[in-house]
Amino acid sequence: MAERLLEVRGLKVHFATEDGLVRAVDGVDFELDRGEVLGIVGESGSGKSVTALTILGLTRGVNARFEGEVLYKGRDLLKLREEELQSIRGNEIAMIFQDPMTSLNPVYTVGDQIVEGILAHNDSMAKRQAKARAAELLRGVGIPNPERRVDDYPHQFSGGMRQRAMIAMALANNPDVLIADEPTTALDVTIQAQIIELIDRLKDEFNSSVILITHDLGVVAEIADEIQVMYAGRVVERGATRPIFYDPQMPYTWGLLGSIPRLDKPKTERLHSIKGAPPSLINLPRGCMFRPRCPHAFDKCFEEPALENRVEEPGHLDRCWLSVEDKRDLREATIHGELSAA
Amino acid sequence: MSSNGTPLVEVQHLKKYFPIKKGMLQREVARVHAVDDVTFSVQKGETLGLVGESGCGKSTLGRTIVRLLEPTEGEIRFEGRDITGLGRRQLRPLRRDMQMVFQDPYASLNPRKRVGSIIGDPLKIHEIGTQAERKRRVQELLEIVGLSPEHYNRFPHEFSGGQRQRIGVARALALRPKLIVADEPVSALDVSIQSQILNLLSELQDEFNLTYMFIAHDLGVVRHVSDRIAVMYLGKLVEVSPAEELYQRPIMPYTEALLSAVPIPDPDLARRRERIVLEGDVPSPIDPPSGCRFHPRCRYATDICAKVEPPLTDYEGHLAACHHPLNVSREEALHAEASVHTPFSAPEDATPTEPAGKESHPVPEKTPRSG
Repeated sequence: MAERLLEVRGLKVHFATEDGLVRAVDGVDFELDRGEVLGIVGESGSGKSVTALTILGLTRGVNARFEGEVLYKGRDLLKLREEELQSIRGNEIAMIFQDPMTSLNPVYTVGDQIVEGILAHNDSMAKRQAKARAAELLRGVGIPNPERRVDDYPHQFSGGMRQRAMIAMALANNPDVLIADEPTTALDVTIQAQIIELIDRLKDEFNSSVILITHDLGVVAEIADEIQVMYAGRVVERGATRPIFYDPQMPYTWGLLGSIPRLDKPKTERLHSIKGAPPSLINLPRGCMFRPRCPHAFDKCFEEPALENRVEEPGHLDRCWLSVEDKRDLREATIHGELSAA
Repeated sequence: MSSNGTPLVEVQHLKKYFPIKKGMLQREVARVHAVDDVTFSVQKGETLGLVGESGCGKSTLGRTIVRLLEPTEGEIRFEGRDITGLGRRQLRPLRRDMQMVFQDPYASLNPRKRVGSIIGDPLKIHEIGTQAERKRRVQELLEIVGLSPEHYNRFPHEFSGGQRQRIGVARALALRPKLIVADEPVSALDVSIQSQILNLLSELQDEFNLTYMFIAHDLGVVRHVSDRIAVMYLGKLVEVSPAEELYQRPIMPYTEALLSAVPIPDPDLARRRERIVLEGDVPSPIDPPSGCRFHPRCRYATDICAKVEPPLTDYEGHLAACHHPLNVSREEALHAEASVHTPFSAPEDATPTEPAGKESHPVPEKTPRSG
């Protein structure tokens, strides 16, 4: 078996606010092995980014409450002191943020920002050496003329190049775990294809594992090994990539799949859409979180289903009360638009 | 919907250059060729999808057509009337007929105004109705776009991204426009919400007989709303085709690459299909490449592509500009002719192949709307 890098157990992240307690993450479990790509998929506010930020200790604050464990190579990251966490953050676990326009500091050169990350974790390295390494990293992510571009400021880079620079920065210290939070959402589809391919290639080169967070199932289809779908702070379906796409069990997953305009299928009159919006994390609905928006909800849905294995495929878990047979019947109609929920 | 009669919008040889000025005297040192000799038209009731990467000039084109930007050269006709040279005052009544929906629902709504005045101000500016009538109209608009009349007194920050975009759509609808230019209206939204907005836009089109120009970078998104699609690259139109045909039979290699970049939510298919990854970014529009502007990134490029700019050629109603057209049979290539109004500037020494046929229709016949 591959080496287990990360293990998240019963993670809850709540924030106390003036309006009430925000249950941003409310029970998330997963594992990540070396070389694996885990896709975390869900809408805005489903808790996917908070999960990622919490792994890196970036949600700590006076109003934050944590429960559960985040074990990295056996050490609980939630319990580490800030100084201890700093030696892991950006070194062993690194993050690529969503918006390359705002995640780079506009008043420092791209090279300086990469060098800072290298030197922070390598006391003995000379600055010149670090700069050469920065140029090397930029070359690795496909920036032309890296020796010259290393002295450019972020505004001299295009959106795609900035995201490449962010990736170079994240890879600076050969991390074991790379967390990419919506790395392509702000980019053109053509650049998105480049970036996804780049992440896939670098993962093999650096022998690391990747957590790829996105709202678009299409983005993870190609590179994820395992997918978990999040809704209202919970994992509502989890499994290997093929079963999630070819045998999805949760009506929410059907909705996500059905919303994507398909180029590989004939055009439908209307796109399937999930009606309404995700619930407020302060005032969660009773029972199944998806019930208020689910076109197939029935009485039993007022009780929350556990995340369990309900199909033959081991490791494929979901939170839905519908019988496997009902799901099979309803699913095709939902995904392929014959039965529109809106 | 009939294709006869004057098109709603006709654009002829439209150019929009932005000067780059330097020095104390602010001398012009270079120009950004954002829109460079573009000709097309939009029929009443149709949706024209305008697709291309960031920096290809698609937003500039949209904004120039609604006269938010001053065109450098060329002609814009709205309902047959030349509006290119109209001044501010003369434009005012036209503003009712042409509205925009913007990309970013967070930045395009004034955070200090209530929804009621965001949607109602266009009515007030154009002095339509009494205050009570306007309020009723705004509440009605809120319902039309799927919000509720009680939202009248709320502020934008109280809404989610998808709801805000609905407010943006309601504002655009307020004056009962004929044309709506939607500039990437869904690219800032989650996929689940994108489909809600796309469905809303098509419903509204049927209900109010709207004409859309739908600008996007994702060919997957425009397929659902468009009757025809125009692909733009570095300020030029490189392919214009009936929507479904573009997906079945892309002719320009750039279109092929754009299609292959759209993610497919089917792991086996996604891993099997050949993905044409375009190297690098769109080149600078300040100094665009010679010949075919796509040639430095094109995998089929040969010598001629760097030297001669390919004309926009008509393959039976499907226009494309390429020296090495894909999916075109030998016969078709023989019968194809450079479209008369060729939106591409001919090399200076070349003699015109056709007499200037002003009476000919500048665009291919609109195909009947599906469904």
